Amino acid sequence: MSNPFFIQSNSFLIIRVIAVATIGVIANLAALTGSALAGSQTGTDGKTSILVQSTTSTANSGLYDFLLPHFQKNNDIEVRVVAVGTGQAIRNASNCDADVLLVHAKSAEEKFIADGFGIARFDLMYNDFVLIGPAADPAGISKATDTVEALQLIAQTRSLFASRGDDSGTHKKEQALWQSANISPLTAWYRSTGSGMGATINTGIGLGAYILTDRASWITFGNKNDHIILHEGDSSLFNQYGIIRVNEQRCGNVNVSASQTFIDWMLSKTGQDLISQFKIDEQQLFFPNASSAQ
Amino acid sequence: MQDFSESFSLAFQLLTTFDPDLVEIIGLSLRISLTATLLSCIFGCLIGAALATTRFPGRTVIIILVNALMGLPPVVVGLIVYLMLSRAGPFGWLGLLYTPSAMIIAQTLLITPIVAALSRQLLEDTHTEYREQFESLVMSHSQQVRALLWDCRYGLLTVVLAGFGRSIAEVGAVIIVGGNIEHYTRVMTTAIALETSKGNLSMALALGIILMTLALVVNALVSGLRINSTRLGYA
Repeated sequence: MSNPFFIQSNSFLIIRVIAVATIGVIANLAALTGSALAGSQTGTDGKTSILVQSTTSTANSGLYDFLLPHFQKNNDIEVRVVAVGTGQAIRNASNCDADVLLVHAKSAEEKFIADGFGIARFDLMYNDFVLIGPAADPAGISKATDTVEALQLIAQTRSLFASRGDDSGTHKKEQALWQSANISPLTAWYRSTGSGMGATINTGIGLGAYILTDRASWITFGNKNDHIILHEGDSSLFNQYGIIRVNEQRCGNVNVSASQTFIDWMLSKTGQDLISQFKIDEQQLFFPNASSAQ
Repeated sequence: MQDFSESFSLAFQLLTTFDPDLVEIIGLSLRISLTATLLSCIFGCLIGAALATTRFPGRTVIIILVNALMGLPPVVVGLIVYLMLSRAGPFGWLGLLYTPSAMIIAQTLLITPIVAALSRQLLEDTHTEYREQFESLVMSHSQQVRALLWDCRYGLLTVVLAGFGRSIAEVGAVIIVGGNIEHYTRVMTTAIALETSKGNLSMALALGIILMTLALVVNALVSGLRINSTRLGYA
């Protein structure tokens, strides 16, 4: 055994590496304390920032990538978007981990306001849900006259159906639709994935299953395989998006002026016009319909 | 399969054009994982050395516990850190949720047990081997620990690489506490999850190839360091 205290020549190299590494850690810890003191109100470069808890479809479709540069041209506010399912977004906002909530489940949003977590809810825009499935359409839902009939056909033929199963806006809509079609219990042909829209579409395509999705997520989805839209246009498939500012009296950390600036801009003519200009493959994904507070 | 060839050319294209978004994401991934690895290295080696060189009641239980914690599910760590750092949680006042710092904390918690458990075993084996010598030299406890850490440095380097591998590849914790915010908390693994959820499988795979290349480069650098220092040692 060599004497462990004998300083070998290679130790210099190791010591140098450790020194550089330690400096790195210290720099990061300084950044950590700095951001801790500043809180979530300021961004990396000291800029004002707000946190938006959002549904996935708006983020995954690229809507924010399109809108936010326009917003930031005239406003020095960094908008940080966390994209999760509507249920989770509302839970996160209820924990005060948001300034603004942008989701699509009207009754859950109204409950959020009634519980005192949000100030007011505004209609922002809409699109619609569609039923997609394998082009061969084993249940024959493309001939259905309405959504209730389409779902009944899926249940009668026991064709596979992939559900979000994650308490998201889409999942809530789907549950309401099954209820209006008077179908329960949902059995072996009904597969609950418990995951996001994209993951559910990936699973559904793998299974050759029918899936309820919002149109924006489907249009922007890159792995469509032989799945196509088989049922659309029913009034029950309407999909309304709402925007809410988190109540600063409940959550002291909310940046009131910055989040109100953002919401006002989204509801303004500029914001609404830009929403209608956002297109993928020549198709408009969201239709602005802001009016007054509800 | 078409996806694979497409992914390789896409990965090559992204790397050769120095795509600014990609550079930013790679930078953040490395910053977070390397910081978490270094912190875990400090805590983990200390815990490992303490467990390896001391005898106290309940020691075996703690060793079993630390070993079991190597299997901590990232998503559980993410959830715990989320609950701690949420504005509604005990450390909410720090305002750390959805920041890179939160991601460093989560990954440090995740990999400290790995470094602690593996270094404990390594140091304990060496300690048993050295015991007589330590006794004959009448060395203090801290001298023993320093001697063990120094003589095990190459083994410990592999332990640290195991921790780094876990942290750079992990998605479950960082997506919960970081929120995958573009230009702020998006790292390689959360970007891969996002591209998969958008159905852009080739892009997701291309990012995966780049991530694996990154891990390879880090490992190669560390081996290079080791070979280099050994050579210097004999010079």
